[in-house]
Amino acid sequence: MSDHSINVPIGPQHPALKEPESFMLSVSGEKITGVSIRLGYNHRGIEKACEDRSYIQDIYLIERICGICSHSHSTAFIQAVEEIAGLEIPRRAVYIRTLVAELERLHSHLLWLGVAGHEIGFDTLLMYTWRDRESVLDVLAALTGNRVNYGINTIGGVRRDIDAAQLENILKVVDAVEERTKYYIKLATEETTIIQRLSGVGVLTKEDALRLGAVGPTARASGVARDVRKDDPYLAYGELDFKVSTSELSDVYGRTVVRLLELMESFSIIRQVVANMPDGPVSVKAPRKVPAGEALSRYEAPRGEDVHYVRANGTERPERVKVRAPTLANLQSVAKMLEDRYLADTPIIIAAIDPCFSCTDRMIVKDERTGKSGMMNWDELRRYGIEWYRGRGIDTSTLKLALP
Amino acid sequence: MEEEKIIQDIIGEYAFLKDSIRLQRARRIFITVPREQFENVFKNLATTRGFTQLATITGIDTGETFSILYHLATENGIVCTLTTQIPRANPEINSIARFFNGAEIYERELVDLLGICVNGLPKGNRYPLPDDWPDNQYPLRKDWRPEGAPVEPGEE
Repeated sequence: MSDHSINVPIGPQHPALKEPESFMLSVSGEKITGVSIRLGYNHRGIEKACEDRSYIQDIYLIERICGICSHSHSTAFIQAVEEIAGLEIPRRAVYIRTLVAELERLHSHLLWLGVAGHEIGFDTLLMYTWRDRESVLDVLAALTGNRVNYGINTIGGVRRDIDAAQLENILKVVDAVEERTKYYIKLATEETTIIQRLSGVGVLTKEDALRLGAVGPTARASGVARDVRKDDPYLAYGELDFKVSTSELSDVYGRTVVRLLELMESFSIIRQVVANMPDGPVSVKAPRKVPAGEALSRYEAPRGEDVHYVRANGTERPERVKVRAPTLANLQSVAKMLEDRYLADTPIIIAAIDPCFSCTDRMIVKDERTGKSGMMNWDELRRYGIEWYRGRGIDTSTLKLALP
Repeated sequence: MEEEKIIQDIIGEYAFLKDSIRLQRARRIFITVPREQFENVFKNLATTRGFTQLATITGIDTGETFSILYHLATENGIVCTLTTQIPRANPEINSIARFFNGAEIYERELVDLLGICVNGLPKGNRYPLPDDWPDNQYPLRKDWRPEGAPVEPGEE
């Protein structure tokens, strides 16, 4: 066997994977016979840096661990700090944090669906879902001031209140995105190309998922009904009615189904949060120094269980901050999923655990004739796009596809 | 309460843990265990008390010792943090990969960032530091400073 196998390095920089990871695949013909994963290219020493900064500074640093699950990380961290400090945060703050958490899940799962479409050559799905995702990001921007890295959390509560008009707008967007998600569910369950391309690809049996410690949709699609929101309730999840979405399919198709079902649960959770939004203040005063102690916090991020451990030493800086992001737990399952599969399935198998991609928007333009440079805001960017297409004889402004 | 029962059962089996076990809040148990008893207690939790998930492993530089914290969870969301200490002069632990296959990557973090020797860790790629990282440089040790970092007032 080994006489005929060759090693194919994939990464750390690879066009199909938008973040650095290195996979050394042994292949015999087109079949993958062995996998060796090298991680760490993105190690930025954040845990060490946290020890040198105050708790408040750490919130903003930790929020930047990931460009997608930024609220997941900052909430997981802050929950641990608040537990050590013995702070009870106001109910309204709990609900606002929950609201942002589920909006984050919406945009993350929509992003994933688009990436999955892209990896199997279905770029129309990418265009559709990423446009829907924009409407969720707009809501987050209106709510927090930022599309990602929302900066909503602070020790003792949240930094911004929310008004009735914003809540109403959220419901409008949720209604629209839910309609479109129903269409994607119909697409995923009836379109034979999707079903056949994803079924039986990247199989992870229930036994392997348990043995390798898989988390999130990756575990749930292998029939493991694990969800921190249900098993170890935090924020407002103990008071909300929702189901843990699972599938027994154990392949990439199962992971797609689970995420689509989770989107539907998130719409329901957001409606419940909006309907039951308590009145009152959004934060309590927090001390700069946190008494000595330790806490372990868990959070169901869109990609799975996020674990933070914080140890305080009585000063205004933590003694130790430990972060275990969901992708680290899931990458050990990827090697299993790739074994005996075709080399061509590699991108979609890796993408199917939804490894964390960093993303950001806003662009800086430079006019080469005038030398003027500056930021282009969203409206200007949109106008520029419409004009650019008009100049080529295409006018999209009359299409009645607008989301609220 | 399920947590109380778990604690009572553990104390029933290991009476010496009576004063080093605490329930911080619902679903959060913390146990400090002497090094020589660690493997017994760990095996007990992992194989007979329902702690079937390994959330992660945390290593902390605590001066003369290193604290190693194993965060184990049950399917019902109860997390037990089992802490043991090893001497800085001889920082050695045994791998728990035979109980949790997923432990390997967390143990490699202990090796790279704190310089802890993990017996029984299979050969493989290092994690998370680069391949050309200098020897004997362990960033998460408290006395380690990045090269060129500003020295704070009061520090040498």
